Amino acid sequence: MSVLEIKDLHVSVETDQGTKQILRGVDLTINEGEIHAIMGPNGSGKSTLAYTIAGHPKYHVDSGSILLDGAEVLTMTVDERARAGLFLAMQYPVEIPGVTVTNFLRTAKTAIDGEAPAIRHWIKDVRESMVRLRMDKSFAERNVNEGFSGGEKKRNEILQLELLKPRFAVLDETDSGLDVDALKIVSEGVNRAKENTGLGLLLITHYTRILRYIKPDFVHVFVDGRIAEQGGPELADRLEDEGYDRFLAETPVG
Amino acid sequence: MSAASTSTAPTSAPSSEALPTAEQHGIKEHSDGRFGFVPVQTRSARFKSFDVADFPAVTGREAVWKLSPVAKFTDLTAGVLDGSVYDFDQTPHPDVDVSWVDRSDTRIGTAGAPEERAAANAWSAFEKALAITVTGEEAKEITLTRANLGSVPRAAHTVIEAKPFSQAVVILQNTGDARISENIEIIVGESANLTVVTVQEWNADAVQLANHFATIGRDARLKHVVVSLGGGIVRVNPSVQLAGQGSDTELYGLYFADAGQHLEQQVYVNHDAPNSRSRVNYKGALQGAGARTVWIGDVLIGRTAPGTDSYEQNRNLVLTEGTRADSIPNLEIETGDILGAGHASATGRFDDEQLFYLQSRGIGEVEARRLVVRGFLSEIVQHIGSSPLEERLQGVIEDELRGTEGN
Repeated sequence: MSVLEIKDLHVSVETDQGTKQILRGVDLTINEGEIHAIMGPNGSGKSTLAYTIAGHPKYHVDSGSILLDGAEVLTMTVDERARAGLFLAMQYPVEIPGVTVTNFLRTAKTAIDGEAPAIRHWIKDVRESMVRLRMDKSFAERNVNEGFSGGEKKRNEILQLELLKPRFAVLDETDSGLDVDALKIVSEGVNRAKENTGLGLLLITHYTRILRYIKPDFVHVFVDGRIAEQGGPELADRLEDEGYDRFLAETPVG
Repeated sequence: MSAASTSTAPTSAPSSEALPTAEQHGIKEHSDGRFGFVPVQTRSARFKSFDVADFPAVTGREAVWKLSPVAKFTDLTAGVLDGSVYDFDQTPHPDVDVSWVDRSDTRIGTAGAPEERAAANAWSAFEKALAITVTGEEAKEITLTRANLGSVPRAAHTVIEAKPFSQAVVILQNTGDARISENIEIIVGESANLTVVTVQEWNADAVQLANHFATIGRDARLKHVVVSLGGGIVRVNPSVQLAGQGSDTELYGLYFADAGQHLEQQVYVNHDAPNSRSRVNYKGALQGAGARTVWIGDVLIGRTAPGTDSYEQNRNLVLTEGTRADSIPNLEIETGDILGAGHASATGRFDDEQLFYLQSRGIGEVEARRLVVRGFLSEIVQHIGSSPLEERLQGVIEDELRGTEGN
């Protein structure tokens, strides 16, 4: 069984005002098939955790470790992490002018599997996933994320999640900016991916709304760069009622 | 990258009789870094002559030469040029006549006149002009290849005429050695639809200074594409006059400068008739020490051109250290009654966020870079309108990109 372990992770970024510490000792273990929700106020470091797992060069790891089945992730390049089975659904997916969705998906699938997918099955898989995500087939020939609406970009992220079949996926505020219909479609896609591949999920969100459609096994409250409290799904309900004030009162806002 | 300019200022002038204020474009200096520079002369008022003797010796300080390595081609600006006929290959078509004509041919000098000394030197020296005359309303394509121009400094003159209502794609393919200054006149008759593509894949030490002068008749259309990939110094300067009402032009450019290459294009669009339309889109990539590109885009919307619709843009993608891209859009508007006029220029490094996105999907860095650059340049290739050439150029770009690896 696969396991993703984050151990005592400290991360900083360079800003105009100098080095800024963001993560201050994060410990988290995700087993295959588990859904962990990370909730927290703005600026608490949730997205930093997501980008650090994926290997964005902006974030500097001061200490700690991220292990995927015992292998150190932090020494891997960004693409090696993806090939090892990690996936990040981004909050703000990037536009790639001149590169069509079809070309991009095939190139990524080939890179991850180490060989080109069998054409007929691949085309069928892509088409079926797009239909389920209510993506018009014209998307396939459009340039990646270029001119996509917010909801279309998020669906395109989930399309990749379904097709690339990672072992662990981090969803960075995938719910933000989605209307309820788009939220349902995206959530169904995530649930389907989990059913089909049994992947582990780290669901980063500011709101409890998405947790109505994707049921977490564990909820972690993130405050000031570390996990302040954790529990089962009932913790999300409590946050829905009380908000984050209880945590913010205890720690200075960073 | 040692110099780059970035500006985006789409303008849409309202119908107004009001006098311009000092704050308006064209009066105040632009944000392109030439602090304090205010044009003293409208673009159309530049000195022109067919006679080389009318131009003083080139110093490199002239507006048309100040970004060019003039010391490296004094033979073309000041020397004696071989104006004899040369060998070429062509794909024949019954409705496209290709033949040498005398200097007395009435078409010569009707599309434009030299504005600098190299062009005038060539004009004074050519013995015969190569005339490409297009008739027939059906779509067709011809390719004319020059591969044996040699390294003796030479002059050339070409006339491409599309008769009224005719249609064709004319591809000028350039390979081998060359030291050439040349003028190409493009005459697009009423309602004709002409595409001219000039592809520069010269040997590494070749020098080419080319001026294209186009005049477009009523309801006619010219698509003009400059593809500069090979050569030491390649300067292709298209000037297009939208002379007939409802005339239309699309000017595309694609260039890829490697170490030591100087690739330049000075584009001039003169809106001189009502309801004319122009689109200019040049894209370039630079890689390797000393790779240098220059793009100057002048658009003039004259008093004679109400209802003009115009947009020009230049984008450069800098792939390695040690390159320089100059990008200078100029827009001159003499009438308030236009549909739109805009310009954009951006020169930037490879986008790290695009790279991160592709890599986060398992795609290796080398392949990710290649995908992005290919995507950037293929926008221009897709506009050419000749499938075999488009396919071949995609392959050539791939080869150029392989040169980036390991840098």
